[in-house]
Amino acid sequence: MREDTIAAIATATGEGGIGIVRISGEDSLNILNKIFCPVSGKINNRVLSYGHIIDPDNDKTVDEVMSVFMKGPHSYTAEDVVEIQCHGSVVSLRKILALTLKHGARLAERGEFTKRAFLNGRLDLSQAEAVIDLIKAKSDKTFDIALSQLEGAFSSKIKEIRADLVDILVNLTVNIDYPDEDIEEMTYEKLEEGLRLVNNKIEGLLSTADTGRIINEGLKVSIVGKPNVGKSSLMNALMGENRAIVTDIPGTTRDTIEESITIRDIPIILTDTAGIHETDDVIEQIGIEKSKESFNKADLVIFMLDASSQLTQEDYEILNHIGERKAIVLLNKTDIGKNIDETEIKNVLNDAFIIETAVREGIGISALADIIENMVYGGEVSQKSSLLVTNVRHKNILEESNQSIIDALDLIAAWQPLEFIEIDVNRCYELLGEIIGETAADDIIEKVFERFCLGK
Amino acid sequence: MERIFMGEYDVIVVGAGHAGCEAALAAARMGKKTLMFSMNLEAVAMMPCNPSIGGTGKGHLVREIDALGGEMGLNIDKTFLQSKMLNTAKGPAVHSLRAQADKNRYHVEMKKTIEQTPNLDMRQGEVTDLIVEDGKVCGVETQTGTYFTAKAVILATGTFLAGKIFIGSSVFESGPNGLAPSNLLAENLKKHGMKLRRFKTGTPARCLGSSLDYSKMIEQKGDEKKVPFSFLNDEVGENKISCWLTYTNEETHKVIRANFHRSALFGGQIEGIGPRYCPSIEDKINRFADKERHQTFIEPEGLDTDEMYIQGMSSSLPEDVQVAFYKTIPGLENLRITRPAYAIEYDCIDPQDLKLNLENRHIENLFCAGQFNGSSGYEEAAAQGLMAGINAVLKISGKNPLVLGRNEAYIGVLIDDLVTKGTNEPYRIMTSRAEYRLVLRQDNADLRLTEKGYQVGLATEERYQRYLQKKENVAKEMTRMEEKSFAPSEVNSFLEAHGTSPVQGRISMAELLKRPQITYEDLAEIDDETRPDLSYHEVTQLEVQVKYEGYINKQLSQIERFKKLEDRKLSQDIDYSSIEGLRIEAAQKLNQIKPESMGQASRISGVSPADINVLLVYLEKKRRGK
Repeated sequence: MREDTIAAIATATGEGGIGIVRISGEDSLNILNKIFCPVSGKINNRVLSYGHIIDPDNDKTVDEVMSVFMKGPHSYTAEDVVEIQCHGSVVSLRKILALTLKHGARLAERGEFTKRAFLNGRLDLSQAEAVIDLIKAKSDKTFDIALSQLEGAFSSKIKEIRADLVDILVNLTVNIDYPDEDIEEMTYEKLEEGLRLVNNKIEGLLSTADTGRIINEGLKVSIVGKPNVGKSSLMNALMGENRAIVTDIPGTTRDTIEESITIRDIPIILTDTAGIHETDDVIEQIGIEKSKESFNKADLVIFMLDASSQLTQEDYEILNHIGERKAIVLLNKTDIGKNIDETEIKNVLNDAFIIETAVREGIGISALADIIENMVYGGEVSQKSSLLVTNVRHKNILEESNQSIIDALDLIAAWQPLEFIEIDVNRCYELLGEIIGETAADDIIEKVFERFCLGK
Repeated sequence: MERIFMGEYDVIVVGAGHAGCEAALAAARMGKKTLMFSMNLEAVAMMPCNPSIGGTGKGHLVREIDALGGEMGLNIDKTFLQSKMLNTAKGPAVHSLRAQADKNRYHVEMKKTIEQTPNLDMRQGEVTDLIVEDGKVCGVETQTGTYFTAKAVILATGTFLAGKIFIGSSVFESGPNGLAPSNLLAENLKKHGMKLRRFKTGTPARCLGSSLDYSKMIEQKGDEKKVPFSFLNDEVGENKISCWLTYTNEETHKVIRANFHRSALFGGQIEGIGPRYCPSIEDKINRFADKERHQTFIEPEGLDTDEMYIQGMSSSLPEDVQVAFYKTIPGLENLRITRPAYAIEYDCIDPQDLKLNLENRHIENLFCAGQFNGSSGYEEAAAQGLMAGINAVLKISGKNPLVLGRNEAYIGVLIDDLVTKGTNEPYRIMTSRAEYRLVLRQDNADLRLTEKGYQVGLATEERYQRYLQKKENVAKEMTRMEEKSFAPSEVNSFLEAHGTSPVQGRISMAELLKRPQITYEDLAEIDDETRPDLSYHEVTQLEVQVKYEGYINKQLSQIERFKKLEDRKLSQDIDYSSIEGLRIEAAQKLNQIKPESMGQASRISGVSPADINVLLVYLEKKRRGK
């Protein structure tokens, strides 16, 4: 367990006008100094200061904020604590959080501030049970996240990189611990070659991190609606490219189309379904079956209606099919006219968000993105925490593990001893293991004896 | 049978191998009246397998044993035949000293030391039972009906306990090297509730050197610069012998393969678990079928014998097959075997039944060490013996135990691995088992441990003064080197001569030493009369500290973090099943191991980080409840 500096968004996201990012631990002030430019030019203990959060990598201003530094033990956790009060938008909060992580903080586990507060004597005994509950909840949650990710392409990529590292580590170990054996020497050239490969693979993963494709899984969003209501156009608008065929002939989308996209940094798997309607066309029939399937798996349904005409029997069927699912109803083609009575929709789906759009004209797209973002961070849709946590956390770990490979490569360049290099390589291996929940330390030694014939 | 009382001791050690000798010497040197038993006094400090001490990780252990005041380093320095520093192509953390030993002289010198040590008796005899009262050991009984009382007993039975030897289809009860096994003790330990299990190891054949053709082998000489194991020695004697390298070939493998079915290993007679890192030759050929050849070193067993050890070639094949396959090896065509190879199986305990001070969890004042604890190797045994000896004395003196951390010593790694993680095969130390390898070097073992050895009353005044002197000399010289600087004109030709780039401004001597191309010895060329005359150990220390300062500091800061959890102690009375929030598996494991610190708890398999958090909260709750 690490007694390091932690950070997290401390306020409920999505709603309030002001959001708070909290940092706790020895490095709190250092981190604040790196990313915060106070107008007064200085940060004083327990004095609120006004200024800007600036990304030191590109000098871009992220947000206008108020910050406060509270020196331990006079703080919530009794450690050095920093709080950054920014605008309450999720984007702003997440960007600031990401900056704190990039500059040395670790994403706090659920309940970790409270736990530290308790362990450092800031909470009274009656609160101990609550702390244990938090820890327990955390471990369950971690388990869920770990499970859902074990299947993903992301984790198989991580496993692949770790397998590369195992090869390197096993060779390093056997070279170090068995200098007398008749085994192939681990040369600096070979080591460098192997580490470059790992370095490339991690950087490949990192380069996709910002677009959200880092996790192949994401929020499953299904676009439904009868034919020619504008589903493919919506998909294209969200993706920013012509992926689906758009025509005026009903039933053009014969199969479901699945795309990984990001909306406001949220990874999403978007499914455009063939219009759900009764048809004799065999090919289209298959498409419709698939549509119902994807519809059933969705975390969030976007139901599109043609606002220019009245609700049809097909529309009602879909409405009824949505039932308890989280849904956003799009009244599309409002540029042509509005002949739908919203109360009819509310009667069936009383919790659904309803927005008016004209997708082809680009109207209402950002309103839709706002709603999705709020639903995700506001806790409306179920995958919210895993999306945020895993995304930032993974990126963070990937960056850290890549750095240890770079450190190892630097050591090679300086002809430093193998056992020094091994430490960095091993660190990378362990870090990547944290992502997929595999941290067994003895597996390298196991593999050494599996692969090499050693001994007296 | 009549029961005869034969004496009262503070500490009784059962076994006189590498663990037993260190345990007995430590207890006696710490002022306790000590008795060491051996089935046969000719077996004191016997080396029934390879004729060498040290190697990667193992060499580190020997240095640590020495730093604490143990005997192994001194004894091998007296009796070595050839000395070699391994891994010199790599960094200082994994430089490992290894010496070929004269087996008989090693035994003779150790026995002499034991004979001359005050407070220490040794006695030939078979201990057949422990005397246990109210869960506390208070003596031992022997085969001849005598009994001895003691405040603490240390079991270091090696491979003697219910030992069984396998050669082909021949199976017989035996200790190592043809000595009698100890069967009654095994039975009686079970009666006292100790759970025993079977481990296995093996040794290759010995042959006459005069029957070998060395012209077909590659000579392996010792290092020109010979380095002592013990910090008390500044220099050691000459290399006296060479070892020889040769290889198996397809013919060897053919003979072995054709006789797989006659090996005790594959016949299923052996139930014990053997170490993977010490496989028999038939095991190697079976598991690594693609490997075209296996190397073997031919190593002398001593100066007063022509017997040679055939390293890497242990076997449990029948004797005719042994002769046949050894003879396929270049140089061994006419070999005459003096002792056949064999596999040996023996009783040992699950080390998870021990506490970190090596005391048995179930029988108070009973300490355990060496192969009996599931380890393998002379050095691993000696390290545990030493710690068991020290801790037995501390326990009966009512003092706190000496437990070395994973950040302090390989001995700490070894014992923590055994006790906390357990082992499924005879355990061998490796440098890769240590998390803080850069700090746990063989060159600084004295700086890490001598103070501790001195405090418990084991390391002598002489050793302690040497340690203080070394520390001071190194520190002084460090300061001098930082203060002494050179102008470019004074050093540039020197730098170029050593293949390193010239400087433009003044440079300190310490900065110069940081360059990989330059050694402390090299600096003598440009140094002045203030240069002190430093010992080998001091020079090594200085060089390592200067050259690798940055990395070492990085690791030291990691250790600071590591220690936070180690420093949170856990009481032995905690009933983990009563702690709300702990998973059942974790509670069971914690109840079994009864970890002594939060750090140890976190290393138990089956205990998750969430469980550790629950424990932290529990502890805090308890602390405030008081």
